Amino acid sequence: MEKVKMVLVACGTAIATSTVVARAIEEEMAARGIKVKTRQCKAAEVPSLAPNADLIVTTTPVPLDLGVPVIKTLAFLTGVGKEQVVQQIFDILRKE
Amino acid sequence: MTISPIRYIIILRSAMDEDLAADVYGRQLGLEIAELLDPDLVICGLKAQDAEKVIRYLGSLLYERGLVRDTFVEATLAREKEMPTGLPIGEINAAIPHADIEHVVEPALAVATLNEPVSFQVMVDPDESVKVSIVFLLALNKPHDQIEMLQKVAMILQDSTLLQALMGAKSSREMLEILSKWTPA
Repeated sequence: MEKVKMVLVACGTAIATSTVVARAIEEEMAARGIKVKTRQCKAAEVPSLAPNADLIVTTTPVPLDLGVPVIKTLAFLTGVGKEQVVQQIFDILRKE
Repeated sequence: MTISPIRYIIILRSAMDEDLAADVYGRQLGLEIAELLDPDLVICGLKAQDAEKVIRYLGSLLYERGLVRDTFVEATLAREKEMPTGLPIGEINAAIPHADIEHVVEPALAVATLNEPVSFQVMVDPDESVKVSIVFLLALNKPHDQIEMLQKVAMILQDSTLLQALMGAKSSREMLEILSKWTPA
């Protein structure tokens, strides 16, 4: 059985942008055959939640040295560079 | 049950001709956005010297209609300083200021095209600034129920033709017409 990947989605308040980003990641990865569970959080919560995540995607600055890949991007909001970011996420998550 | 816009179009595409699906979906999405917007909360060519003035003005429109609490404007300004919402897109840049849910009474959206671009700090790089021409002030109190509204705002941001059209509008009514006729690319 495939492992479900955990993606931590961070934004400033965990209200607006992380909601859009989380949903977009779930759907893009589902379309590519990767099961993803997302969890939304505020930037301040990232360090404590990072150990459980396979990937962190954020629209706001977060610490980078967490032992988990971090993608800082606005692509799911603005569309700029969206295909590249989706590919990047796919490449990270499909590794075991 | 609500379906996310992306899933809706995937379902439609599998069931019918892709062009037809896009047309049906597009018309529905366009109408939904126009219905979502109170015409009094759509502002064309707002004259404001800085981000603070834009947020104060749009926030006051929401407050006058009882949609947000009296703490909303200050909270939005404070949040904008700490966690800015400027979004570099291309020729036309946007900002999506908002505050925590405790300051909101009812979900709402105010949108303004600006007479002249105004600097906002960039969301993902707060030390950088971007000249913004269109601002969406969001009042959200239940983000998971309001994903549709948020996704529609995101889809508007991703359609440069639509952004150009909105910037070219001469009145709020024209902006609303543009939005109600809009078909996602």
